[in-house]
Amino acid sequence: MPPLAQRNLFHDKVRLTVTLTGIVFSVVLIVVQLGLFFGFTTATSNLIDHSGADLWITSKNVPYVEQGVAFSERKLNQVRAVPGVADAQKIIAHWTQWKRHDGGEDSVQIVGINVDDDLERPWNLVQGRVEDLKSPDAIILDELYKQKLGVTRVGEVFEIGGHRARVVGFTRGIRSFTTSPYVFTTFKNAQNYTGMREDQTLFILVKVAPGASLEQVRRGLLDHIKDVEVFTTGEFSHMTTFYWMFTTGAGVAVLIAAVLGLVVGFVVVAQTIYATTMDHIREYGTLKAMGAPNSYVYKVIMKQAAISAVIGYAMGMIVSAFVVHASQAGGAAILMPPSMAVGMFFVTLLMCVGAALVSINKVTRIDPAMVFKG
Amino acid sequence: MQAAIAVRSLTKNYVEGSAGTLALRGIDLDAHSGELLMLMGPSGSGKTTLLSIMGCILTATSGSVRIAGTEVTSLREKELPGIRLQHIGFVFQGFNLFPTLTAGENVELMLDLKGISAAAAKKRAKELLEQVGLGAKYGAFPADLSGGQKQRVAIARALAGDPAIILADEPTAALDSHTGRNVMEMMSDLAHKRGRAVVIVTHDSRVLDFADRIVRIEDGAIARPSEAEPVPAGLLVHGMGTGAVSFA
Repeated sequence: MPPLAQRNLFHDKVRLTVTLTGIVFSVVLIVVQLGLFFGFTTATSNLIDHSGADLWITSKNVPYVEQGVAFSERKLNQVRAVPGVADAQKIIAHWTQWKRHDGGEDSVQIVGINVDDDLERPWNLVQGRVEDLKSPDAIILDELYKQKLGVTRVGEVFEIGGHRARVVGFTRGIRSFTTSPYVFTTFKNAQNYTGMREDQTLFILVKVAPGASLEQVRRGLLDHIKDVEVFTTGEFSHMTTFYWMFTTGAGVAVLIAAVLGLVVGFVVVAQTIYATTMDHIREYGTLKAMGAPNSYVYKVIMKQAAISAVIGYAMGMIVSAFVVHASQAGGAAILMPPSMAVGMFFVTLLMCVGAALVSINKVTRIDPAMVFKG
Repeated sequence: MQAAIAVRSLTKNYVEGSAGTLALRGIDLDAHSGELLMLMGPSGSGKTTLLSIMGCILTATSGSVRIAGTEVTSLREKELPGIRLQHIGFVFQGFNLFPTLTAGENVELMLDLKGISAAAAKKRAKELLEQVGLGAKYGAFPADLSGGQKQRVAIARALAGDPAIILADEPTAALDSHTGRNVMEMMSDLAHKRGRAVVIVTHDSRVLDFADRIVRIEDGAIARPSEAEPVPAGLLVHGMGTGAVSFA
């Protein structure tokens, strides 16, 4: 086929620019909104997903990780006695107050762990070691929140929940979905910082022995331990994510913005492709008069839409990559997993082809007799 | 001899709302291979409507239209493009070239519609442009061509489908008299040397001497002999006409 679609598309540079701007705008908007959604989703369950545990034991009716309810830490020994349990550790994840040097206060989320164990250790350390938490009053936090908490370097001393806290290391990229940064410390310090009783914990994390059935171990735990619930890590992660993203409406708002991006992109692209089609309507009439079936004309219009989609997608992804990269230094990360990048191509293609259908509807109704109207 | 186009008792009624306009009233007309037939008449007389129906672009309200022996009035609308593609080539007053395609590509487009491969289409397009004297303009865009050159490209495009019938709507209206005569010579050659049935709607009295037969349409009907155009002397030069204004 002679390059009618390409030529028609590139002939009017201004219209092409408008079309591509619409597609790029739409692609970037959707990527940013979906990326925020993925970023938020990841942040809500960061702590759970990186715990290294197979099972989470909580009090009854705990809806998400930030809402843990204290129970007796003596259950830890009962847990360890259940067949199939390879390791079990108590941990605390709870909000408390951080006092900056300027006297201001911020909410933080204390994560109390057993430093000698592999469960729920801070990851991506860029300064210090996890073992440094063994020193008195030691804490590790993420470098993203240095400014927010007034921290400049390792060794600085602050006050958390009325107790002394000394920064011994920094992590990178451990974001909290809430405005309260995670602060890692020992279980004992966490009890002090959060004001919990010494004989209580918020969660018990379980590592199942190799070869043991996860479901059987869970049933065993439920049979032997009273007044608790046992979730797989995946379940608890999902519950926490669902709470923050959907029960609070935060995720829905982001998804709606993504859908709006799609709608705006569709309208802009449909309008410009329609205008381009109308500009060439006499040519399509000529094609039909020459004996071209409707399918031939559709192919020309669809090809224009597909070319616009490919160019718009490529440009949109370049802009998006910059935005995603820039977001890494901010509090709200925009994530773009490869599957999303691939999926966006098909969304863009679908958007442009869908927009072209509006024009096709018009072309279908062309009266080929128009070609005789001088 | 079987007519390339045979029209019988043809009527066309344009309906708009509750009102109707009878554009054609009982037309009987044949167009034969090797003949250059001109349709003349005042504006609004129905000649372009007749040409459109003969070209399977418009459908008749009643009557019969046979193209190369096929009754087309009974065909479904989606079957008509196939008839146009197979049997008919169009030449338009406004040339109707694709401005974003070169002269060669304009011709290749028709060949592509016929399902001819790109390489063969390119070769054939060059040959056709050579035949209309535009071999050197293969890569020129319509905007860079004169009116006469554009019309010759349009003729090459119409010929690309190797149609038995050429329908032309005011092909010289946008051209000066010299260029118009060149184009008409080409149309005449198509009829007389290549055996095509050529039907031309025209107002242009300068080109009447190319006609083998002139049919005058008035108020949607073929005018009676007394109302017909006088037969130009030049008509006899071709020796292919009936020698007078004829009525099918």
